[in-house]
Amino acid sequence: MSLWEYANPKKFMQTSAIALPWVMGAALILMCAGLFWGFFLTPDDYKQGATVKIIYLHVPAAMLAINAWFMMLVASLIWLVRRHHVSALAAKAAAPIGVTFTLISLVTGAIWGQPMWGTWWAWDPRLTAFLILFLFYLGYLALWEAIDDPDTAADLTSVLCIVGSVFAVLSRYAVNFWNQGLHQGASLSLDEKENVADVFWFPLLVCIAGFGLFFVAMVLLRTRTEVRARRLSALLARERQA
Amino acid sequence: MIALLARDLRLAMRAGGGFGLGLAFFLLVAVLVPLGVGPEGAVLAKIAPGILWVAALLACLLSLDRIFALDFEDGSLDLLATAPIPLEGVVAIKALAHWLVTGLPLTLAAPVLGLLLNLPVAGYGWLVLSLAFGTPALSVIGAFGAALTVGLKRGGLLLSLLVLPLYVPTLIFGAEVVKRGAQGLEATTPLLLMTGITLGSLALLPFAAALVIRINLR
Repeated sequence: MSLWEYANPKKFMQTSAIALPWVMGAALILMCAGLFWGFFLTPDDYKQGATVKIIYLHVPAAMLAINAWFMMLVASLIWLVRRHHVSALAAKAAAPIGVTFTLISLVTGAIWGQPMWGTWWAWDPRLTAFLILFLFYLGYLALWEAIDDPDTAADLTSVLCIVGSVFAVLSRYAVNFWNQGLHQGASLSLDEKENVADVFWFPLLVCIAGFGLFFVAMVLLRTRTEVRARRLSALLARERQA
Repeated sequence: MIALLARDLRLAMRAGGGFGLGLAFFLLVAVLVPLGVGPEGAVLAKIAPGILWVAALLACLLSLDRIFALDFEDGSLDLLATAPIPLEGVVAIKALAHWLVTGLPLTLAAPVLGLLLNLPVAGYGWLVLSLAFGTPALSVIGAFGAALTVGLKRGGLLLSLLVLPLYVPTLIFGAEVVKRGAQGLEATTPLLLMTGITLGSLALLPFAAALVIRINLR
């Protein structure tokens, strides 16, 4: 029994069919619980008032936007090294979800920034890096769209994802160098002294877990769709030959 | 390899547009910006480093799709791929040829355009230095982008979408060098960081680009 068994599309489809409802259910329960807890059962912040509650959407979305790219990077590497088709399809499936989370975190950030910083947008390093990440996602998606042959598309997008990751990290540090920011530093780390207060921290954890599971469920769902689409096109091709 | 370099250079010179087009574009941007933002010297001096770098970057972008597209169409790319010299070397040579016909002239012409944009005197040396060390990265990153889109019918727009995000670190550090230099500040740190990016790209990206070309020729 090894992890690579799930690279077999049949095995993947069987297992994901069982797992998907559970993951999706757990994601929905945790998201509803976390958001309800965060929105209605926590006090307003003494400085920020009720706007602090945007944190329950903003932070999980931003974390997933980065982690989705990271997942695509791992899946691309697996595809290039071991040629498992499910892996390439999972990377393709994750990209639109990642770009949506990037957009959500940019938009919620703007809505949060307007009352707090007095501006919708500032060329702060974190904000700029996210905008650049958004552009990377767009390029990746456009390359998938542009190429007809699925294996060529998978290869090229995988290489782009790897090269893009390196440049995305470089950009992240370059913008740090370029401008000092308004955005606060990391305040959710386990080893820092100054962190978010526990009242906000626990519902936020629930939200992050819920969003994370939701991402997993969406990737499974979309990968299953891609596998089915691939099977369908194979069937059609066989029919045309017959 | 030298023969290949000479061939690419001749093609770029004679095919029309390749050599002068990027430079003319660079000049046009430098002329249009003052027309757009107004002739105040102080404003122009402030934005000159950024404008010059962005213009250089766009001028580089303009001729990228020619790096591989013509060779792909007439089949010489297949010959190059099966030739005894490694494909990685071919990519590096083609990036070098691209740099010689765009990056180098841009670097040499930049001080004149700096004059048009009222760049402070202290900035000229840094401008030339930063472009000289930064534009090779633009060419080799562009060669990677051109390799990605070589098989596509209308790859031009997609090429810019793919390549421009990759240009971000070089642009940030390059423009920072000129900005700091123009203000008389210490500018070696961004210059070294940018050169690091250039050297890293030169060392690694030809391999990625060659891999991508092999996939595209499959």
